[in-house]
Amino acid sequence: MAKVIVVTSGKGGVGKTTSTAAIGAGLAMRGKKTVVIDFDVGLRNLDMIMGCERRVVFDFINVIQGDAKLKQALITDRRLDNLSVLPTSQTRDKDALTQEGVGKVIDELRKEFDYIICDSPAGIERGAHLAMYYADEAVVVTNPEVSSVRDSDRVLGLLSSKTHHAEKGEGPVKAHLLLTRYDPARVARGEMMKVEDILEILSIPLLGIIPESPAVLKASNVGTPVVFDAKSNAGKAYEDAVSRLIGEQIEMKIQPERAGLFQRLLRRTA
Amino acid sequence: MSMNMLSFFRRSRAANSADTAKERLQILLSHERVDRSGPDYLPMLQRDILEVVKRYMKVGGDSVDIKLERGDDLSTLEINVELPGARALHARGAA
Repeated sequence: MAKVIVVTSGKGGVGKTTSTAAIGAGLAMRGKKTVVIDFDVGLRNLDMIMGCERRVVFDFINVIQGDAKLKQALITDRRLDNLSVLPTSQTRDKDALTQEGVGKVIDELRKEFDYIICDSPAGIERGAHLAMYYADEAVVVTNPEVSSVRDSDRVLGLLSSKTHHAEKGEGPVKAHLLLTRYDPARVARGEMMKVEDILEILSIPLLGIIPESPAVLKASNVGTPVVFDAKSNAGKAYEDAVSRLIGEQIEMKIQPERAGLFQRLLRRTA
Repeated sequence: MSMNMLSFFRRSRAANSADTAKERLQILLSHERVDRSGPDYLPMLQRDILEVVKRYMKVGGDSVDIKLERGDDLSTLEINVELPGARALHARGAA
């Protein structure tokens, strides 16, 4: 059974596209047939982070408007042949997305793929709404920072009311928290909210903690999802998050070299 | 293959990931700035090609496949037209 997962946050710049690329690639590495879809019409960027920007011919909007077949718009990843990218349009605007059109494309993708990962635009307007509308599950990307946590809470409200699942009475969309740009050193100094604080406020299960890491910018520079950088802390943290997403029980741990206090803090949560 | 070799050499010339980032952006944006001013021409190109082919051959509505690879010095446009094979033609003739 195919699973549709939206990666969303409300706030911009918290790591939605980075996380979409990493989770999508991570799922494909685990043998799952996966497609990542860019919902940020007019500001497409998932193609760059995935490293396929030079191969975009047709896009999501072309498919919705009947100008291209879905298989023409799908770009197969050059590293993993069970990973595809559905880019969006760089020239249109969000009004080109229709609920019916998005639904049709998702239904078609459900027949082909195990996982459909929807990269939401920032905000709560049309693009963000349609990115979450058909989701079975949600990954709420949050930074340990007040405005990000507040926006995540707002998005959680929308997930429980403005989705197909919610409207049809099929229960809420299962939401997971993905904490990104986490800096254990600053947490230890009391300069950054700790993971327990954020879990207490948002009260949703924790999918993973991605540490602030230079590997993320490096990965984006070269167009390689950071999960391929298996030596980096961020890459490992995404790998663990993917394992949890497919139902494995993985201990919540990060950054062995800085372990000490931080791991002790985490063990108390787990 | 030759494409892969080219990109291999290009990448090895870039000293670090920041250089790769700059190079990727320069290539992409030079293409996007041109495309932005014009219409979304690829669906139209595809439609026109199909129309022309249909004038001479019997082909289906989704038999044209277009691939584009944007490069630094040159870009390549690959057009594949799927034509019916002998068996399909025979079957059609018999029907």
